[in-house]
Amino acid sequence: MNQIMKISVTVNGVLYERSVEPRLLLSDFIRHELGLTGTHVGCEHGVCGACTILFDGAAVRSCLMFAVQADAHEIVTVEGLSPDPQHLDALQEAFWEAHGLQCGFCTPGFLMTLKPFLAQNPDPSDEEIREAISGNLCRCTGYEHIVDAVKLAAAKMKESSS
Amino acid sequence: MSKRYIGQRIKRNEDPALLTGQALFTDDVHLPGMLHVAFVRSDYAHGRIRSIDASYAREMPGVVAVYTAADLGAYWRPGPPLVSPPPVKGAIFNARTQVPLAKDKVRHVGEAIVMIVAESRYIAEDAVEQVFVDIEALPAVVDLEKALAPDAILIHEDLDSNLAAYIFQQKGDYESARAQADVVIKRRLYYDHGIAAAMENRGIVATWDAKTQRLTMWDTTQAPVVIRNGMAAMLGLSESQVRVIAPFIGGGFGPKIMMFYPEEVLLPWASMQLQRPIKWIEDRRENFFATTHERDQIHWAEIALTKEGRVLGFKDEFIHDTGAYDPYGLTVPINSQCTLLGCYDVPNYASEFKVVFTNKTLVTPYRGAGRQHGVFVMERMLDIAARQLGIDRAEIRRRNFIPPDKFPYNNELIYQDFVPLVYDSGNYEPALDKALEMIGYEQFISEEQPRLRAEGRHVGIGVVTYVEGTGIGPYEGARVQVESTGKVNVSTGIGTQGQGHFTSFAQVVADQLGVSPRDVHLVTGDTDQFHWGTGTFASRGAVVAGNAINAAAAAVRRKILAMASRELEAPEEDLELVDGVVRDKKNPEFAIALKDLAAKANPLRGAVRPGTEPGLEATDYFGPERGVTANGVHAMILEVDPETAMIKILKYVAVHDCGTVLNPLIVDGQVQGGIAQGIGNAFYEKIVYDDNGQLLTASFMDYLLPTSMEVPSLDIGHETTPSPLNPLGTKGTGEAGAIPVGPLFAQAVEDALAEYDLEVLEIPLSPNRLFELLQSKNKDA
Repeated sequence: MNQIMKISVTVNGVLYERSVEPRLLLSDFIRHELGLTGTHVGCEHGVCGACTILFDGAAVRSCLMFAVQADAHEIVTVEGLSPDPQHLDALQEAFWEAHGLQCGFCTPGFLMTLKPFLAQNPDPSDEEIREAISGNLCRCTGYEHIVDAVKLAAAKMKESSS
Repeated sequence: MSKRYIGQRIKRNEDPALLTGQALFTDDVHLPGMLHVAFVRSDYAHGRIRSIDASYAREMPGVVAVYTAADLGAYWRPGPPLVSPPPVKGAIFNARTQVPLAKDKVRHVGEAIVMIVAESRYIAEDAVEQVFVDIEALPAVVDLEKALAPDAILIHEDLDSNLAAYIFQQKGDYESARAQADVVIKRRLYYDHGIAAAMENRGIVATWDAKTQRLTMWDTTQAPVVIRNGMAAMLGLSESQVRVIAPFIGGGFGPKIMMFYPEEVLLPWASMQLQRPIKWIEDRRENFFATTHERDQIHWAEIALTKEGRVLGFKDEFIHDTGAYDPYGLTVPINSQCTLLGCYDVPNYASEFKVVFTNKTLVTPYRGAGRQHGVFVMERMLDIAARQLGIDRAEIRRRNFIPPDKFPYNNELIYQDFVPLVYDSGNYEPALDKALEMIGYEQFISEEQPRLRAEGRHVGIGVVTYVEGTGIGPYEGARVQVESTGKVNVSTGIGTQGQGHFTSFAQVVADQLGVSPRDVHLVTGDTDQFHWGTGTFASRGAVVAGNAINAAAAAVRRKILAMASRELEAPEEDLELVDGVVRDKKNPEFAIALKDLAAKANPLRGAVRPGTEPGLEATDYFGPERGVTANGVHAMILEVDPETAMIKILKYVAVHDCGTVLNPLIVDGQVQGGIAQGIGNAFYEKIVYDDNGQLLTASFMDYLLPTSMEVPSLDIGHETTPSPLNPLGTKGTGEAGAIPVGPLFAQAVEDALAEYDLEVLEIPLSPNRLFELLQSKNKDA
């Protein structure tokens, strides 16, 4: 238990070097060691998806990994999507406009799930969107406004790339 | 006041912080030197504690303190009753409230027994494993009907039985109505409502500062002011020494207003004992058995009708499960009793219920708060009557609606707010017509369904109605201030859990003061900012706090007009508030900015007129004489695969009437989210206890929340019948969507499987349960 390991992890473009217990969860490392509390923990057993982050570009659940597994890897959290609340990215803007969030607790997980999805599938159908977010639980919205937000985001991204 | 912003689909002020991970939730609070808590909880549903050996845990490195009930000394006492029973003649109510840590007995799985405080949560959980609690297991009371058997083991041994409460209420004379009826139908019905499962679990951070002699507490509560006052009393502090902050909260839905949870009582006390900040964050497993549930009722219902389908009377007896303790009084079963009659003009009603203690987690309100159970019973009985009498399902409802000229309509029953349930206003037929039109009712029944049936498909339609008593008192308050920056500060005592208060309340203020909603800054749930109020529950935020904010803003508006009238030398009636200035309507160049007026209202030198209050600020309150009644109609087309008993929702329509809508975007979101929870309740979610009182569904792999694949796209329609009971004309809508989904599923499934002649008298269903029902029919055949 008392063994300590040194790790270096790049989070949102910043290199962090820390000494951690091998059992420390990656979600706890991000939230409590680095103070990046935008990543939320809803179930600690990999079902709800609230703790989703980008790990080397892929959406993964940070509650199902140990911090030591992130050694020498690159992570992006919700704090890495935009510089501040005054400058939202297209996906965040779309969630705002379409009322894609209520309590907002699950929202960072949805955003991080959708970033790589929209990169791979810039013009998704409703069915594809619903399938893409089916691993993220939201208890407030009933999902419809989230689906609307993803469609809006896709349109915004298409507009800005054309 | 102009209505420039009220009623607009304005995107929310709170969202940018939430979308960038900047919004503060309770677990985001980090204080230097903070300690962490984990609990040893009961593995047994019912048992006597023989001994607790925590000696090893106390010695572990990093463990700072270990508390059992004995270690709490005089601080150990059962929680205060939160809601007293309603004043109904002949009522029985045995208050037995939860304890901070179990002392002699455990009464449900997950009840806290030992609190461990350590330098980290990891160490605290290590120590939990090293505490040895010796419990003599007792038989568990699990089954509602067996709970009252003469030989049932007693959960609270100082009582004669496991009866927690009994209430009988009536209007008219059911027996004489029954005697005149052409048809009398009786059924036993079962309705089980699940758990709230907010995405954020509960959590508390408490810190006692000896230098300022103040306690600060971040708490995932829906009622921060009540927590502050209660904590002060329990800890022997003055109320001004306690600050409770309910920051951003990741969903509430009812259970976050249970007061007081053991953890809420223990953390602040431990912080004072140890002189260090302290944090406890519930994990999901704890949430399943330590956060309150809503569960099941068994009803024995009887409906008496004429052959034309007019309901002459209704009789209902039911049993309600309150779990191991009953601090929340009778709110849930009273709601079931009082909501059963729904939209219908039923002259004779007799209803009695018994509340029983069981060895299960406590039951307190969860979105709908017992209304579902009552609505299910009435809607199902109407469906059965319609079938028996050969009347269309929509038509039998229409024939029994309370007509618009009968409002206010007195149901003569004492409601959860302790006054007779009087529906303030309503117009039910247009909502039904709109829903039928939106779902294409006639066309589906006459053309589409026969065609699809001919193709061998099992498609059915359902249509149900409901009312929701909302916006109950006693009161809320607010303070509104125009700053010398021109921005407007608003503070109110309720907590917020995602309802959009920062925006809809800003719209109300913006219309009163002629400013942009973006310039209105709202603080909710910080008792240092506002310390009057009761909380966010019973779909009352927009009604009670909304009207308090409106009243306070109107008072500020009056101050502005009076002062501007002097400054501009123009009569008040010639002035208007637009775009942050007060100006003369006829000569708009005669104007003064609100920020300049605010600065003038707070002079730093010189003299003011005697009696002058500084600033452009006012505090006001709103307390309605009684609640307001919202209503709605849901309709659905559903397909069932009889082989797998899996369902697919082909179309879902909801028409609702919550009076004046402050922000339709937010209201749509509330209705959609409510329906999603209703769908979960109807077909996916089920809390399962075994015969020993063990909870078998304590993870999201076993308790199935609906995902984006189960919740369909929804069509939502609005009707507007403003309430006469408050100046804004609003009615609550927070719970509405969740209420009628169970009976809607039951009806549509029956219709889809018409050839099987099923009668669905229970919710939740599931593919398994529906398969069993179909099998039983196959056996009969």
